[in-house]
Amino acid sequence: MHSLEIAVGATIVGLLIGTWGAYGKLYGGPVVRDLFAVYTTVVRAVPELVLILLLYYAGTDLINQVLAAMGYQRVDISGLVAGIAVLGFVQGAYSTEVIRGAILAIPQGQIEAARAFGMSPGLLLRRITLPAMLPFAIPGLANLWLIATKDTALLAVVGFFELTLATRQAAGVTKAYLVFFLAAGVLYLCVTLVSNFLLGRAEKWARRGMPSIKEAR
Amino acid sequence: MSAVGVAAVPSGEAQESAAEAIHVENLHKKFGQLHVLKGVSLSARDGEVIAIIGGSGSGKSTLLRCINCLENPTSGIIRVNGEEIKLKADSHGHTVPADRRQIERIRSKLGMVFQNFNLWSHMTLIENVIEVPVHVLGVKRDEAVAQAEKLLVRVGLAEKRDVYPAYLSGGQQQRAAIARALAINPRVMLFDEPTSALDPELVGEVLKVIGDLAGEGRTMVLVTHEMKFAREVATHVVYLYNGLVEEEGPPEQIFDAPKSERLKQFIRNIG
Repeated sequence: MHSLEIAVGATIVGLLIGTWGAYGKLYGGPVVRDLFAVYTTVVRAVPELVLILLLYYAGTDLINQVLAAMGYQRVDISGLVAGIAVLGFVQGAYSTEVIRGAILAIPQGQIEAARAFGMSPGLLLRRITLPAMLPFAIPGLANLWLIATKDTALLAVVGFFELTLATRQAAGVTKAYLVFFLAAGVLYLCVTLVSNFLLGRAEKWARRGMPSIKEAR
Repeated sequence: MSAVGVAAVPSGEAQESAAEAIHVENLHKKFGQLHVLKGVSLSARDGEVIAIIGGSGSGKSTLLRCINCLENPTSGIIRVNGEEIKLKADSHGHTVPADRRQIERIRSKLGMVFQNFNLWSHMTLIENVIEVPVHVLGVKRDEAVAQAEKLLVRVGLAEKRDVYPAYLSGGQQQRAAIARALAINPRVMLFDEPTSALDPELVGEVLKVIGDLAGEGRTMVLVTHEMKFAREVATHVVYLYNGLVEEEGPPEQIFDAPKSERLKQFIRNIG
């Protein structure tokens, strides 16, 4: 199913951008910080539909112009790649803020201890910062993942054949609107239910070192 | 001086000839306008236990944290194992380590123990202890685990090896943090007020572990408020006041015959 492929791809791209973005915003120099601030502000300010239209048409056009200028042939960018890139770019802006908040929630002493024992920045990120921020980031990232699964529907506007567009066409042909849109709704719901189950497991695992807060009510 | 202390101290001549593990010279540290260290010098030879004492805000923690560049000194010389930490000015005029790999290498020889333990909360005790040997020093995992188990036995936490830090008392966490620092086989142990965050009844168990280490002749620099303990384990006591070394010497001199008025008052207030 293309919708899921795009959602998974966009979320992965978003997480990579988000991790870099959070690091850049927290530890980068003034230029890096400003660049990421512009990125997160603009992407979160502009409606996603507009961004998708803009990035899809302007983006493919730009790539082709660059290719043409360098003497290469025009290429047809597949809807899948374009969809992942566009949604991933949007997801990245939101992920940046979720991950930045999660990193700030890590007790700073744990990061200091890693530095005090001679960990390099890369090792520190991989062994301490990412696993330690995960319990704080998962609820926010889970939101983003669920939004991503549904944002794929927006790609219908650029003619990408995903669940919503497929449903509309099938319904239009057969005139059985209720059946098809209900079926589509159920499919989205199933994705959400499975996601909730898996994310719940992931959160439990990420919080493995943390006592349950139930007793602390 | 107590029996523990005597056992820990090499004789006078041996101390003179022992290699200098840590050498700090004319260290200054400013936080913005605040001048915290105003030219402090400190030396720790192999086998020595240096206790840094002083009131709140005297700069004693800052001094310790400058040794491994957790705080970057504003100016001054720091040598660890005879190797001088290379410093440079960054684009904002702050002093920073010039060579990241050098500072990482030096840090991996200094076993730091923090006031708030700072164990990694997503790792069990055994994982905390093997983390640096395996991932920084490149020790094989099974060797690191075997050594970590011995260290946990030594600090009395063998049965807690698979427990996460949040489920332990402060005293247990601090003992685990000491095991983590020992696991790198450090040239020098650095203790930053290791008992200040503990409930009074838990202080003893941690001090006992630290005292045992001193008894083995381990080189240590210890920032502490426990004057009785400093007198027992230290070979040399440094009293900081307002960013300067006000008085230093062997513990019997510092505690029994202080010269400086401020030190006399400090000991009276604490005692």
